[in-house]
Amino acid sequence: MAEKTKDILLGPIFDNNPIALQILGICSALAVTSNLSTTVTMCIALTAVTAFSNFFVSSIRNSIPSSIRIIVQMTIIASLVIVVDQFLKAYAYSISKQLSVFVGLIITNCIVMGRAEAFAMKNPPLPSFLDGVGNGLGYSAILLGLGFTRELLGAGSLFGHQILPKVSEGGWYMTNGMMLLPPSAFFLIGLFIWAIRAWKPEQVEPDDFKMKPHTRVSDAF
Amino acid sequence: MAGKNESVSKTLLVAFLVCVVCGVVVATAAVSLRPVQNENKLIDKRMNILLAAGMYDASQDVNEQFKSIERKFVDIESGDYVEMPESYDQRTAAKDPAQSERLSGDVDIAGIKNQADVAEVYLARGDNGELSRIILPVHGYGLWSTLYGFLALEPDANTVAGLGFYEHGETPGLGGEVDNPKWKALWEGKKLYGDQGEVEIQVIKGTVESNTPNAEHKVDGLAGATLTSKGVSNLLRFWVGENGFGPYLKRMQQGGGDVAQATDAVESSEQPEGDA
Repeated sequence: MAEKTKDILLGPIFDNNPIALQILGICSALAVTSNLSTTVTMCIALTAVTAFSNFFVSSIRNSIPSSIRIIVQMTIIASLVIVVDQFLKAYAYSISKQLSVFVGLIITNCIVMGRAEAFAMKNPPLPSFLDGVGNGLGYSAILLGLGFTRELLGAGSLFGHQILPKVSEGGWYMTNGMMLLPPSAFFLIGLFIWAIRAWKPEQVEPDDFKMKPHTRVSDAF
Repeated sequence: MAGKNESVSKTLLVAFLVCVVCGVVVATAAVSLRPVQNENKLIDKRMNILLAAGMYDASQDVNEQFKSIERKFVDIESGDYVEMPESYDQRTAAKDPAQSERLSGDVDIAGIKNQADVAEVYLARGDNGELSRIILPVHGYGLWSTLYGFLALEPDANTVAGLGFYEHGETPGLGGEVDNPKWKALWEGKKLYGDQGEVEIQVIKGTVESNTPNAEHKVDGLAGATLTSKGVSNLLRFWVGENGFGPYLKRMQQGGGDVAQATDAVESSEQPEGDA
């Protein structure tokens, strides 16, 4: 049992990562990772929402008619997101201003909905809660990696503290502006997925179809 | 097992209960946290006013520092002070057709579309009650977003004391460099108006060298952010121009920068040109 709990909690970090293996929640991974402080806040917010939505969905899973189960899950998720957003506005005002619309968009984050539908509907509340935390951690692991790389290379700083002195301020580090733009997160996620799959080859998906060699013009006649 | 949940009455009941519970939770959170949130917003705004005026001291309480600053309301068209309720919000008013005016495309260089008839101004006073800063809220369109900020002026209503934006969605590292302290420091001491009282301030492309003509009216553009720089230039030219705070600032200049005299000047001088 203890082994299983550990699997549920820590499995999603590398073995079953929501971003790297399930390819969910990419949108917010691009949007909020240009600096670390918003990244950390987003990770905490998403982990809290996923954990509690899993918990509540699981608590009432035996009473949810299957015809309206998706909308019931959405209602619960949306309510939790609004509560989180209100808390951020009250206690972390400057960060909530930077995150702006992305906290609200946790509602549409596929990880939250995906875990509610795939895990919480079939499992008791406590394992569901842990599964939510675990997937939040998996999401956080990738996001923190992205946030770290993007802020360090893009702005030469971490959490807003200057690490590499910038050329524009008399230092030696020429900032890489592309790192601050969303597409760089795509490249980085690609590299992360490559690294994880090189380490754990069992995650490599089988080819959907086999590539044919190029045809030559003469083959057509 | 699956059958017992599928009846119409059960479906309606579950839907209803989920809505009620979620509604109560959301409403409780929103209502109970609102006072803290409003307090945050006010502190944030005050901090930005202090920052623009170069008066902010992080080690002291914002509200305490704000005591030397007085909030007043100015009628945009005439430049007169007017009385408004304490709860007046310029951004809300700009959306209300009864309290705002729709700008035509040729005057609306800042891209703000609707302008409130009455604007807020903040007057900072020194220890002896003399005017030390005039702080004007400004906003306008950059590249991706509307930039909201404050422009602080010396009592002569011509020299810039500081400029700061507290809300924008420009590209971090490029247009987002409007927040760069080094760039903001360039504004200090720049003059808004030329000898004839015409608006001269502008952000240029490239850097201002010591031999640039009229360097006192020009500020470096942001590298890699031409459109944001242009937006900042346009929004300042709009807000200090005749459709913005121009009439008010003219009076402040005539009145030697003192509020009491400025109010006298308001009564004696004729009305500025008609509709904006």
